Amino acid sequence: MGVLTHKSLSAQKHELSEVDRQLELLKQADLTPFQDKLSETDLFPLKALNVDVFQINVGKMCNQVCNHCHVDAGPDRKEIMTRETMQQCLDAIDKTTCSTVDLTGGAPEMNPDFRWFVEQLSAKGKKIIVRCNLTIIVANKKYNDLPEFFKKHKIEVASSLPYFTSAKTDAQRGDGVFDKSIKALKMLNEVGYGKEGTGLVLDLVYNPSGAFLPPDQLSLQADFKKKLKTRFDIVFNQLYAITNLPISRYLEYLVASENYEGYMNKLVEAYNPVAASNVMCRNTISIGWDGYIFDCDFNQMLDLKVAAKGQHLKDFDIESLVNRTIIVNQHCYGCTAGSGSSCGGTVA
Amino acid sequence: MKTYYDPDDLKKFGKIKDFQPELGEKFFDYYGSVFEEGALTAREKSLIALAVSHAVQCAYCIDAYTEDAMEKGCDEEQMMEAVHVAAAIKSGSTLVHSVQMMNKYKQLSM
Repeated sequence: MGVLTHKSLSAQKHELSEVDRQLELLKQADLTPFQDKLSETDLFPLKALNVDVFQINVGKMCNQVCNHCHVDAGPDRKEIMTRETMQQCLDAIDKTTCSTVDLTGGAPEMNPDFRWFVEQLSAKGKKIIVRCNLTIIVANKKYNDLPEFFKKHKIEVASSLPYFTSAKTDAQRGDGVFDKSIKALKMLNEVGYGKEGTGLVLDLVYNPSGAFLPPDQLSLQADFKKKLKTRFDIVFNQLYAITNLPISRYLEYLVASENYEGYMNKLVEAYNPVAASNVMCRNTISIGWDGYIFDCDFNQMLDLKVAAKGQHLKDFDIESLVNRTIIVNQHCYGCTAGSGSSCGGTVA
Repeated sequence: MKTYYDPDDLKKFGKIKDFQPELGEKFFDYYGSVFEEGALTAREKSLIALAVSHAVQCAYCIDAYTEDAMEKGCDEEQMMEAVHVAAAIKSGSTLVHSVQMMNKYKQLSM
């Protein structure tokens, strides 16, 4: 079982905070190259289909230091999106027909311009998703009104909760996180989130607390609904079961716990071509805190920029992005295993 | 061969077909069908398999079904309870045979 260090890999100057070292490790594993797997079902080169979702990482700063975090986020990370880059995001969005803006981090709410950004997006009538870690709502008085703010802008809240018990949740996300998460969920429920008829969407995100694949999404959702309702009187809409991808802190965990080889083999064995054809990068672009553009949040953390004409918001070229070939690597097996995995849960 | 058990051998389970393809094929078809969702859920079947793995003391099976049960959403408490069910049946089975011992004892005693 892992021990939370309370420091990012970056602050520890850990070798796996280096992108090149991660890519080297992924390459070393004696596995079928991901692109060969795609070729077996004529999916290589993997092409984008459209740009319907803007996933924007507004910064790596977070109040938590989770064991599995692919962003290597934490209180010691200072990379934060400026208002100027946010404005570039808004300008780029105007050049597309995208329906959804998905805000992530770190804890996106810690960005000092988060509320301003949401207000601008809200005025554009886009569906807004905020990936809220829950504890931020109770971390400081200034965040206590977030449920009301979310409600005002009809934001869809997607929140991580690895399990309905404190042992598993705290092992992955830190001591006391479960109790704080329950408190925050109650606050969201109080303003109407997750309740039938309110239109206020509260989804939960499950990812395994260890080196194994997620359970069947619907069956797990039924369990979560039952347990959270009976134990805490908490309601929510959908549960997304997400697979952990072998990058950053989760990669470090796999190596340190001697699970790396076994986990990678498992991902490859579970490769599902149906999931591969539905991967989220085909209709999404991911924007980094500094305005660079990527195929997904994972490629962003590996600094694998889009293979398109404009790699930065200042050179945003929607035509080139829609027609781009997606950059794939061995970590992509994480999105194609079993029922597949995306920020919206399973895809097959 | 240095040991009787090698964790890597579990991955070679499918290779039993090499020596007898037809029966091997039939076994794996049957095995696959047994674990499909049916009147029992796949999760319930996984917990039964985990308990039986302990009862038959199969190291390969314990490895496989610990992981399988986790991937079916079971937690450590549920998994340990399943093993206790196996343990209870095993000890109960030992003890219930003592009735035969008692019968025989009585038959041989004055």
